[in-house]
Amino acid sequence: MGKKSVIPFGPQHPVLPEPIHLDLVVEDEVVEEAIPNIGFIHRGLEGLAEKKDFNEMVYVAERTCGICSFGHGMGYCEAVEKLMNVEVPERAKYLRTIWMEFSRMHSHLLWLGLTADAFGFESLFYECWRIREWVLDIMEKTTGGRIIFSVNQVGGVHRDLDEDQIRFMKGELDRIERDLKNCEKTLFEDATVQKRTRGIGVLSKQQIHDLGAVGPFARASGLKYDMRMTGYEAYGNLDFEPVISDEGDCYARILVRTKEIYQSIRLIRQALDQMPAGELSVPVKGMPKGEAMVRVEQPRGEAVYYVNGENTRFLNRFRIRTPTFANLPGLCQMLQGANYADVGILVVSIDPCISCTER
Amino acid sequence: MGIMTFRNTMLANLFKKPVTTKYPAEPIDYPEGSRGHIEIEIEKCISCMLCAKNCPSGAITVDRKEGSWEINRMDCIQCGYCTMKCPKKCLHIVPGYTAPDGVKQVDRFVRPPETMKPAAKPAAAPKPAEEKKPEAAQKAADAVKTEETKQN
Ligand code: SF4
Ligand code: SF4
Repeated sequence: MGKKSVIPFGPQHPVLPEPIHLDLVVEDEVVEEAIPNIGFIHRGLEGLAEKKDFNEMVYVAERTCGICSFGHGMGYCEAVEKLMNVEVPERAKYLRTIWMEFSRMHSHLLWLGLTADAFGFESLFYECWRIREWVLDIMEKTTGGRIIFSVNQVGGVHRDLDEDQIRFMKGELDRIERDLKNCEKTLFEDATVQKRTRGIGVLSKQQIHDLGAVGPFARASGLKYDMRMTGYEAYGNLDFEPVISDEGDCYARILVRTKEIYQSIRLIRQALDQMPAGELSVPVKGMPKGEAMVRVEQPRGEAVYYVNGENTRFLNRFRIRTPTFANLPGLCQMLQGANYADVGILVVSIDPCISCTER
Repeated sequence: MGIMTFRNTMLANLFKKPVTTKYPAEPIDYPEGSRGHIEIEIEKCISCMLCAKNCPSGAITVDRKEGSWEINRMDCIQCGYCTMKCPKKCLHIVPGYTAPDGVKQVDRFVRPPETMKPAAKPAAAPKPAEEKKPEAAQKAADAVKTEETKQN
């Protein structure tokens, strides 16, 4: 029986460039307890809503996160639109869906790379990020920004897709799918990957449910919980089923996220084919009054947006509940009883985004 | 479970040219419509201050007396909102990112004197025309002031 000691993990750690601090109570290389601590990069974005015009605030809201930026901008716009009873044109809904799915692909590919890096598979990391780069190129060609797209506005979107861009997107999707198939073999079958991920950090469906986890993290344990099923934007017109797995370990999380990239490719193809012609935005009249809440499926899970206005240009209150925040209890649960050597991969497996958690 | 699943990719990569480029030694192509930095056609500007008022990061400063328009390149977040708000459409967001710098670079543009008072040229009614233009601008400026006071 060894002596208990506390090992600090983060806020600067090689496995994760995100400022989360965990106090790991370790005994004989086994983690007994993990005490999380966040608050290193609070930026006060929600407070800015009281100082910025509600239209300007879109650009602040999408800077909540550097990866799911489009989703945050969209969630904010949806919340304000709901508050002001604005019906967004159909074409804008489809465009938002397409860009949202591209951002999901880019987020998942980034995560796959980081996971490969976490268990020391550097070349796989580069392969995943090479594919991700194509997604970023598509974004830059169609929205003007690589990470922060700034195409959302309250009442619609700013930019349209022309025929050339749609053709380009479809061509690139084929290329991404082909190369991902190549990577998939390694991700799903390689002994190195399996040894580091199979049976690690297992959470049952009941545990996931009780801990309130969301997103691919929850779906990997068999919880069929996907906000896209509620049919916001154009999701109601698209045909898809949430990807789930029953195993609930780190391997299942890789599986679910990889399959979700294919799902996104299929969703984008469907949306591109079905997209109707028409207006991009509708003029928004009046000031936000009352309160509204929307739930959006971000790449990392369900995000909640709450807005409250009092008939002025400035919102009274803006609140975001980000998916990582909901997944932190699940992380602490997983860490209990884990091997110290697995802590890195376990932390990465929830796809933590601490910057958006702290807003 | 398999081993050497990465072999084919690895071998193929040996015979491919690198995916990365030697930036900045090799120049990079920005696609059309990329949001890089803001450019202004200063002759068209009427100093209405709408851009400065609506900029989310407060990167723009407009001086109506001097006819100057300033942008803090490091503060600008390339959102392009000012280009949509400008009534004269004299702001454009163009490809090409601002280079990293140790100091916050402020670019200042001053309107050429001949375009300062376009209304002053027709000799018939110089006064009312002259006053008419800044009226809208004055309103905007007042709005900015109230907003500033509110923020303080
Ligand atoms: S692009 Fe956005 S941040 Fe930059 S000056 Fe214009 S409004 Fe301000
Ligand atoms: S909005 Fe346009 S016209 Fe008005 S001050 Fe700015 S650049 Fe000049």
